[in-house]
Amino acid sequence: MSAPQKAKAGAEKIAVTVSAVVPVTEYVTRFEFTRTDGADFPPFSGGAHTVVSMEDGDRTRLNPYSLMSDPTDLSHYAISVRREDTGRGGSAFMHSQVAPGDAMTITCPVNLFGLDWRAKKHIFFAGGIGITPFLAMIGQLEQTNGNWELHYAARTPESAAYADMLLAKFPTKVHVYYSGQGVRIPLESLLSGQPLGTHAYVCGPAGLIDLVHDTATGIGWPHSNVHSEEFLAPAPGAPFEVRLCKSDKTITVGEHESLLEAMEREGVDAPFLCRGGSCGQCETNVVSADGGFIHRDHWLDDDDRASGKKIMPCVSRFVGTTLELDR
Amino acid sequence: MSKFEFPPSIGSRPVWGTLEPRVGQAHLFVADAQGAEAILDVATPELMAAAHIIFITRGTDYADKLRALNPSQFYEGPSYDAALSRIKRVLSDAKMGLQVYISGTESLMGQMTNEAAQAGVPFESIQTEHRGSTARRMQCVHCKGFTEEVETDPFVCCHCGLNLFVRDHYSRRLAAYQGVCVDAEDPGNVPAQKGIYE
Repeated sequence: MSAPQKAKAGAEKIAVTVSAVVPVTEYVTRFEFTRTDGADFPPFSGGAHTVVSMEDGDRTRLNPYSLMSDPTDLSHYAISVRREDTGRGGSAFMHSQVAPGDAMTITCPVNLFGLDWRAKKHIFFAGGIGITPFLAMIGQLEQTNGNWELHYAARTPESAAYADMLLAKFPTKVHVYYSGQGVRIPLESLLSGQPLGTHAYVCGPAGLIDLVHDTATGIGWPHSNVHSEEFLAPAPGAPFEVRLCKSDKTITVGEHESLLEAMEREGVDAPFLCRGGSCGQCETNVVSADGGFIHRDHWLDDDDRASGKKIMPCVSRFVGTTLELDR
Repeated sequence: MSKFEFPPSIGSRPVWGTLEPRVGQAHLFVADAQGAEAILDVATPELMAAAHIIFITRGTDYADKLRALNPSQFYEGPSYDAALSRIKRVLSDAKMGLQVYISGTESLMGQMTNEAAQAGVPFESIQTEHRGSTARRMQCVHCKGFTEEVETDPFVCCHCGLNLFVRDHYSRRLAAYQGVCVDAEDPGNVPAQKGIYE
């Protein structure tokens, strides 16, 4: 089965007004949106993300952020953004340019990190800003008295966004660990003591995600009971030229933009959803290539990569002399 | 010869596997009769150090061989029903990381898979291997009664007495194949009985 073809790339867009900009920690700020037309937002499930469009001069930045607001309250959506001073500029734009009252555009929510409702228990592992999807999941589970617990790793108490609120509301379910104090999440003992039917969810740095997967499978958890989400930002790289066969265009992908962004800059309506290497929507067939791919996505499997016939333009790059894509 | 190659069939018919050692915190083996041979084939000292074997003898004499594997716990009982309260207790105490190995008849594998799944064992953590009798656990679709040990087609429902045709249509929820009245249109016109796989 192939995915349904949509008239326009990306999820449906919603015009919003920034209703609040709230500093949470030194690096994390919460942005709240209401719909410009005054209506309620579409319902969403915990773990969903939205792609925020940022009009930064002549450049449109599109970054995915997990929705962290309560799924039962559709009067507003909220995201929390960590400022990455060495990043590509999207989070810095949000922190420095966005103010209450601004008009912005976001997409309808897409969920690639939903709760597995077969679970008898949900155990969450968050690292740093990876706390955001769990805030929405917790809001959803609390509606049905769901069985969950959260293990949250942060550097210091000051940098642990929402830790105080969570500890105050759910003192028996929330556990916070400060690496600055030398305390790590005791993954092995936690994962070895979970009742049958537990599903584990991890969001945060790649190191934590890998550690949870490896620890769980190392003691016999099946892969399908461990869920993770990591949005990758496109990495810079050497510029390269691409021939787009269907569009009949030859474009150059700059050092600091992704292949997807370069196609969009040239007016090519390339499909996408998450822009972070997770959803698979932007998968593109390679017509011919003389060179090597730098695959960075979480989508293509080893066979796809070995075939040299597919690339995920949102995060992956090419090094070589010629590349022709079926786009 | 305890292995039998089932003929290809419809999609709802279960396909059984071959036990292999897996990484796990604990290993629960449940076998009946010749299913013991599958345990003997897969057992290693490492697996047995954290293994609980629940063996339903059904008149066979494999128990001493299984005991000689030196599992950390061993239970021997006459029937699945007799073992069920122990199985439920073991599952209620178990943690994620448990691996479940079921070998023997289809009736045992179906019911035990159900029991494990209901307790929350992920399907990926449950392995099966058929050994021994090919008799089926059948449910009469008319009276809903179960008839165990069905080896012939058609057969007589042990609850309502109808003549039932043995279908390959299988219910995972009931762990049983469907038996459907074979002479509903023309009572008494019952095909000659033969073995299910003849």
